[in-house]
Amino acid sequence: MTLSRREFLQALAAAAAAGIQLDGRAQAGDEAFYDLPRFGNISLLHFTDCHAQLLPLHFREPSVNLGVGEGANRPPHLVGEALLKHFGISPGTREAHAFSHLDFAQAARKYGRLGGFAHLATLVKNLRAGRAASLLLDGGDTWQGSATSLWTRGQDMIEAQKLLGVDIMTGHWEFTYGAARVKEVLEKDFAGRIEFLAQNVETSDFGDPVFKPYTLRSLGGVPVAVIGQAFPYTPIAHPRRFVPDWKFGIEERRLQRIANEVRAGNGGKGGAQIVVLLSHNGMDVDLKLASRVTGIDVILGGHTHDGVPVPVAVSNAKGGTLVTNAGSHGKFLAVLDLDVKGGRISDYRYRLLPVFANLLRADRDMAKLIEAKRAPYREKLAERLAVSETLLYRRGNFNGTMDQLILDALREVKGAEIAFSPGFRWGSTILPGEAITYEQVMNQTAITYPHTSVSELSGAAIKTILEDVCDNLFNPDPYYQQGGDMVRVGGMSYSCDPNAKPGRRIADMRLAGRPIEAGKTYKVASWAPVAEGVREDGEPVWDLFARYLRDTKIVRQRELNVPRLIDVKGNRGLT
Amino acid sequence: MDARRREVLKTGGGVLALAAAAGIIRPGEALAQEWNKAAFETKSVAETVKALGGSGSTPSSAIEITAPDIAENGAVVPIAVESKLPRTQALAILIEKNPNTLSADFEIPAGTDPFVSTRVKMGETSNVYALVIADGKYFHAVKEIKVTIGGCGG
Repeated sequence: MTLSRREFLQALAAAAAAGIQLDGRAQAGDEAFYDLPRFGNISLLHFTDCHAQLLPLHFREPSVNLGVGEGANRPPHLVGEALLKHFGISPGTREAHAFSHLDFAQAARKYGRLGGFAHLATLVKNLRAGRAASLLLDGGDTWQGSATSLWTRGQDMIEAQKLLGVDIMTGHWEFTYGAARVKEVLEKDFAGRIEFLAQNVETSDFGDPVFKPYTLRSLGGVPVAVIGQAFPYTPIAHPRRFVPDWKFGIEERRLQRIANEVRAGNGGKGGAQIVVLLSHNGMDVDLKLASRVTGIDVILGGHTHDGVPVPVAVSNAKGGTLVTNAGSHGKFLAVLDLDVKGGRISDYRYRLLPVFANLLRADRDMAKLIEAKRAPYREKLAERLAVSETLLYRRGNFNGTMDQLILDALREVKGAEIAFSPGFRWGSTILPGEAITYEQVMNQTAITYPHTSVSELSGAAIKTILEDVCDNLFNPDPYYQQGGDMVRVGGMSYSCDPNAKPGRRIADMRLAGRPIEAGKTYKVASWAPVAEGVREDGEPVWDLFARYLRDTKIVRQRELNVPRLIDVKGNRGLT
Repeated sequence: MDARRREVLKTGGGVLALAAAAGIIRPGEALAQEWNKAAFETKSVAETVKALGGSGSTPSSAIEITAPDIAENGAVVPIAVESKLPRTQALAILIEKNPNTLSADFEIPAGTDPFVSTRVKMGETSNVYALVIADGKYFHAVKEIKVTIGGCGG
């Protein structure tokens, strides 16, 4: 079913008249909210990192997202008021709620949930109806992040992607279902429907390409090349066993070669006029890449979950490249309208549209699919484990209130002095007064290596781990960053100087006020082991966490264990 | 993936291995020089350059190192080095922070493309040097390769 723009507006008006969770502020100008005037002759629609969230949700953007080196005080390393000011967004508005953490709980009640594939589907259909020459690009991290995706090994998302009309995707967490599963989906479900592209994955033995690196499409007569860039550090960030025979990397030189090739064309055939990189590098990596690799018009980026309202124009030796990052969790749909004249972009319009579930009718077919996929698990998902009196969120460089809860659970259940929890950037947010259901627990923990364990670690080993993760976050060269946040630490305090040299950022480690000793051993509980040879028979974290919540019943505000930060004064990635 | 090529190469490898086992190719035959024991026991870049007969080296953009920015496995890090310097005679790979700096040393006979591809072991994040002797002079390129314990977030 395709809605015309008029029908779409009528649907909105009807929703408003029926009072469907629209607040007083919402109605007047909101019909215009998704009314993007057509522009140019081709359009690229892009979403990324939805983390298998089929239903609308709350997701709090970070209040701490420090940039280091050249990355300091520039997008995406702006938060809160600094972010709003930089992009000219008025405080207190819908957009301010979508793009920032400000007054989160209050604004969330006012503007409602974001995302959800049924609402996203309506928006996609509406936009594509007015844009004949368009592609829908999915940047990956689509098959992981929810209970139903984990239990169906991504199948619910794969079917939702097809129904949504995704044309092209690349990947990251998809690989944690294993190489065989990825290949199976490509050969069966995606065949003839969705192209999975990655120029930067090859076999470890002979260096043969594992995936199709790029595709050429004619959009309204304009030859467009889309190149895929999967997450370059998959076997480092996750257990190697999922992709034992594949080698990843940024592969800058090969990318340059491909960009040159697709532009030059082949024999009698003309080359691509527009070259797009669908990237899961992370925004800092993409910004550096854009300054070094020439011939790419646009990098549509993901991985770092940065909702950046305006593309960053990066110049390089032969021109320039627009770099975007389209946020996460289905909160946003990016629309890039290009006016291609004489074989090049003469002008463009970019909007990163927040998908407000209250402003968009649920697409009936998509809603039906979601319903069907959830039905077998409904009872289990709905179990109320506890009620939270406080806002529970995850995103932020050092800790989130949800992570703190997981850390407390790990320490208490495992009887450990210290707990570590990975700095994942995905996971839905729970408002004060809301129930924590089993589904919410899975939204924070649904991975294929969920095992908990307790280790006896020396003080020196603890320091090495913290330094190592910290360098993955704050190395001034983006090519040495992996795109996650700092490991969450429970029970132990420390200080962090993000701008210090590798190995010298972490100091003043203390347990109950007493300095951690390098030679002494400590009991450390953690989950999601990445290293080879770590025991994988520990209780899955969701069972441990759910049990803890059932016992806790009411979650009250807790002290957030964050490091004492050194030399970050004036950094606009911090509030 | 080209399964046939793979098979052919496998078979080819087998034939070569057989040839070696049968004594047709003696293991030492490919080595142009004696094992430079002293050089492989050096503990710093400067020491290694000295042990390889140099007194220092100049940075050169005509040497290209192909290696990962972050190693997927520190125990087997793929590294390729190509020299575009005229009259390249030798090529060495040095890992600054390894207990022994020199990882590999290749003699490049005249008429051979100065390109090598190999795997090295790295104990920790380190600068990796490609040292090239060309026309009797010493040149190098450097690249940092990170060795990490891993873990993610995105």
